[in-house]
Formats: sequence, structure tokens, C-alpha cells
Amino acid sequence: MKFSLGKLLLPLYTVLALIFLMVPIVYTFVFSFNDSLKSNITWRGFTFDKWLNVCQVQNGAVCEAFGNSVLIGVVATVAATTLGTMIAIALVRYRFRFRSQTSLLLFLPMATPEVVLGAGLAAQFLSLGVPKDMVTIILAHTMFCISFVVVTVKARVASLDPALEEAGRDLYGSATQVFARITFPLLLPGILAAALLSFALSFDDFIITNFNSGAVTTFPKYIYVSAARGIPAEANVIASAVFILALVLVVTAQVSRAAKEKRLAKQG
Amino acid sequence: MNSGEFASAGADLELVGIQKRFPGFTAIEHLDLKIPAGSFFALLGPSGCGKTTTLRLVAGLEEPTNGRILIGGTDVTNQKSFQRPVNTVFQSYALFPHMTVLENVAFGLRRRRIDDPVAKAHEALRLVELDHLAARRPQQLSGGQQQRVALARAIVNRPALLLLDEPLGALDLKLRRQMQLELKTIQEEVGLTFLHVTHDQEEAMTMADTVAVMNKGRIEQMGAPEELYELPRTAFVANFLGQSNLFTGPVVGSTSEAISVDVAGQKVVVPAARAHRHIGEVTIGVRPEKLTLHVTEPVGDVARNLMGPGRVIDVSFSGVSTQYLVEIAGIGTLIVFAQNMAFGPVAHEGSEVWLSWNIEHGFGLEDDASAEPRFEADDTTRSIATQKRSSLLTELEGA
Repeated sequence: MKFSLGKLLLPLYTVLALIFLMVPIVYTFVFSFNDSLKSNITWRGFTFDKWLNVCQVQNGAVCEAFGNSVLIGVVATVAATTLGTMIAIALVRYRFRFRSQTSLLLFLPMATPEVVLGAGLAAQFLSLGVPKDMVTIILAHTMFCISFVVVTVKARVASLDPALEEAGRDLYGSATQVFARITFPLLLPGILAAALLSFALSFDDFIITNFNSGAVTTFPKYIYVSAARGIPAEANVIASAVFILALVLVVTAQVSRAAKEKRLAKQG
Repeated sequence: MNSGEFASAGADLELVGIQKRFPGFTAIEHLDLKIPAGSFFALLGPSGCGKTTTLRLVAGLEEPTNGRILIGGTDVTNQKSFQRPVNTVFQSYALFPHMTVLENVAFGLRRRRIDDPVAKAHEALRLVELDHLAARRPQQLSGGQQQRVALARAIVNRPALLLLDEPLGALDLKLRRQMQLELKTIQEEVGLTFLHVTHDQEEAMTMADTVAVMNKGRIEQMGAPEELYELPRTAFVANFLGQSNLFTGPVVGSTSEAISVDVAGQKVVVPAARAHRHIGEVTIGVRPEKLTLHVTEPVGDVARNLMGPGRVIDVSFSGVSTQYLVEIAGIGTLIVFAQNMAFGPVAHEGSEVWLSWNIEHGFGLEDDASAEPRFEADDTTRSIATQKRSSLLTELEGA
């Protein structure tokens, strides 16, 4: 057999790349079982304690931060997805003045460095005299998530054949019925993707949050602050749990889709 | 129409002084049209002639700039699409991809709260012989099957008026024939009024009782298919509906029976009743299959027009018939369709030939041949809807 460098290098490269990607995740997961004291840097033995008593450390500060992040993420996602979907439909379907300019402006929050965005918002809240709390964080997150929602949903709206909605109207569907039974279900995959993206962006945002949160602590902020004096293993527990939850969701979606395709193929 | 009720029979459609302008162009100049209840009416024309716009106006998907639309005597101009007793079979079929075939068909019934929508949907699917596929999604069906679902989804509502927007355009020849037959049968069975928009002249002629030929936002001529074919009124109709040999020349003699026209020195006689203009420069014509090809100069016959000699410049054999292109000096190229009564073509490229036809078969046009290109390319035919869509897409890409 002829010796081939490519045949050897490609698997090697793949394995190295995967290891590189996986090391931090595996580390986080493994050290969530570390029987640590204050800092969680050296391995001191295996325990389930951190998983079982996750909300007990520092009077439940980890869980409170996590709860804040989930709440902010959910509210900001719902707001940004609703507004963003409406904007996306308007931008694709209707002609109005400054339409293309609006489209362009919506890209700006994505292109602007987060530090600038966060500092700018903080300055606005300060000059308006708005106290920084949960509400300002939600406003800030909704603001930057809208852009991502618009971009994601717009692609879906553009690929939707207008004849489908016309057929709905032709078949005695009022405007509300056509939206509820045709437009919305057909846009749903795009809207869901946008919502997941929004939640993910909001959940792990640190920079903008840090400028606009005041005394409120979110999960990323908690980790950043505690990194100085040693991150407790409970943070690893929450991070691992989130990772596992995401993994389960993705795998379930894939499996159910494969099953559906198989069922359809059987029919056909 | 009240919800919960079916239309009892087809209804008249009347368009009064319809005009439709889009930003930048006028799709329909001025349209008056009356389609009697129960008829199969075809609107025939090339792309951009305004036929799809007409259909969309009737469906309520566009609003007319001027004019009124009446269905069964009721003015529906200001009614929304979902309030009109009209259903459409879309060019792209527009089946809802997220619903089963059955739910697609039941959609209109459910919106109107008709009793027992599922049973009625099954019944409609049986009519198009697709009931066994009721549980499938539209994507799992072939083009012909999708077309039949689209048809079932429209007729299940028993509309007073059924609109068909080039529904057979995407099918291959054999399926098309089958569907044409099926449409005709269904129309006879359920007795609806059909308005069929197409750019396919053969489809229009075989299916419709009445054909209206549309060009540049106006109806050029309207009538039974045979009438349009045998006695076209304009050069556009003469060339869009089949092929024609057209000649232009001054009228040199005229009786109450016939006019004679000087075509580059050759005298051609046309019955006065079949000619629209009797003085001055006129354009006259004859269909290619009415011409007889002679390989020797025929003896004069007062009942026939004679032209020649000319030279055969092209012969194409197609089984049942042969098409010859004959070049006659000073007149131009003529098309001749000859049935293959003997084996193979009777003349060959370069042969000297004469052409003759029965005087009764000629026709005289109202306008001049030069006003229109001889053949309209309609390979780019698309509905206004798809044009809109593609313009939206390009705008998006540009943004």
C-alpha cells in the first residue's frame, strides 16, 4: 500500500481539534465533582455533594445568579422575538420610506463592540436617571437580541411563497386566520431558532450586563466576580447542567426528526 | 356569500370598465367582459398581457384602479378576497406544506364552518382519485397529484366561479392531456363557471367554450375557438393563435362579393364578408394548412388564389404532416402544412413550386401585420405574483 501523508494527518488533526474544543468542557464537568474547599483548582477527591447541595454555598448566591439569568433570558427572548418577528415581516413584505435604511441600522448593534454598546447604554440610563436593576438589563438584552431575531426570521419570511397566504385568503381565511394557520406555522422554525439564539446570547452576556446591572448579579457576572478569589465548584455544577440540558435538547430534536423522516419515507 | 352555504350553481362574472395600474406600468388598459354562468372561459395571451392580473382582480388579490367586478349580479369590487364566492387554482398550486392533503382540502370548509368538512374533503379527493393519499403531505406527491389536490381544494367549496391560473403549465404533455380531460369532466359534472388563464393556445382551444385573446392589457378578440382561428380580426390573433401567412397590399378591385388585393404584382381575392377593410392598404392572410403545394404550374381556377413560382427553402417532416417554407420573390416566406398523403415530402429544398388556396379560406385583418412581431416569445411567462416575488428577492440580495 502506498504511504499517504494525508491519510495519517487528517485523522490526527481531527482528533487534536476535537480535544482542543472539548478540554474546557470536560474540565468544567469533571471539576463539578471535585471535593474542593474555597478554590476549585486542584483535585481533592470525588464527591456528589456539590451537585446535591448546589444552592447552599454562599447563601445560595450561585443559584440566585442563575435564576436571575434565566429570568432575564426568558423575558428578553420573548420581547425580542416578538418585536423582531414583526420587524422582519414588515421589512420583507411592505414597502415604506427608509425601509433599506432601517434594515441597515438593524445590523449596527451586531457590528458595534459590546463594550461601546454597554457603556453607551449605561450613560443613557444615567442621564435619564433610570436606576440600574433587572429592568435595565432586560431592556439592554432585548435591544441587542432584536437584531439577531430580525436577521434570522427575515431569511425565513423571504423564502415563504406569498402565494400560500394568498391561497389562505382565497380559501375564506380572514387576515387573522391566515396569519395564525399559515404564516405563523410556516415561520415557526425560524422564530424558534431566533428565540434559542436570543436566549443563548442573553444568558451568557457579560459585558453589556456588567455596565447596566447595578447590584443585580447574573450568572456570568457571578463567575467573573468570583474568579478573583476562586470559583466555587457549584458554578461548575450549573455550567455542566446547562451544557447537559442543551445536549439532551439537541439529541432529542435530531432523533425525533430522524424518526419522522423514517415514518414519512415508509409512507412514500 | 353567507358562511355555511354552498353556491347553488355557477354565476355570471361581469367586469365593467376595469383598469389596473401598477407603479410604473399599466397592466390592464380597459376591460369589459361578461362570462355567462356555467361556461368555460379561457383568457389567452402572452406573458405580461394582463391576463393573470385580471384573474387576481377577480379573486380579490389585487384591487382595480378603476371599474367594477360583479359576480352573479352582486358588486364584489369592495369585498375582500375571503368574502368572495370564488376559488383559485394557483399556478404554483400553493398547497400548504405544513398540512396533510386532507387538511389542505378541508381548509376552506373549516373557515366557512361548513358541516362535516372531513367527509366533504374525502368526497372531493375521490373526485380527483386521490383519496388514498389523504394522509400524505403535499411534498410527497408528484406534480400531477399536487395539481389535482389544488383542484380538489378549490372545487370542494363549490364556488360560483373557479379561477385557474395556468394550472397545467408545470406538467408534462401526457399528464396535461389527462388533466385537461379531467377538468372538462369536472366542469360538466359540477356545473361551475370556469375562468382559465393560459398562454397555451392549444389548451385554450381544446378546453374552452369561449376564448378571449388578450394583448397589452386589452382583449383583441373574443369568440368560439373555431371562429377565432378561422377568422382572426388582428395580426396578433392571427399569429398568436396558430400560424398565419400574412400579405399587405392595396385593394385594386371590389365587388359586393369580394375584394381583390395586389400583393407584389399577384392578385389575391378575399370574400368581402371575411375582410374587415375594403379600401386602401389592407393586410390579408391564409392559414398554412389551407395552402396547396404544386410542383408544376397549375391551370388557372377562378375559385382559387394562386401564387408563384417560389422556391422551397426548408422542409421539415413530422410524421402526419410536412412543413414547407416557400420563398416567393417580392412577397417573402410562406409556411405550408401538407398532410402526408404519399410517402415522404412531395417537394425538396430548392424545388420550384406554386401555391394555391380556396378563395373562401382567406381573411382580411383590421390592422396591419407590421404592428406586431411575427412570433411572441412566451418562454418567460410568469405570473405577476412570481414577478413580484423575484423582484422582492433581488431587492433583498441588494440590501
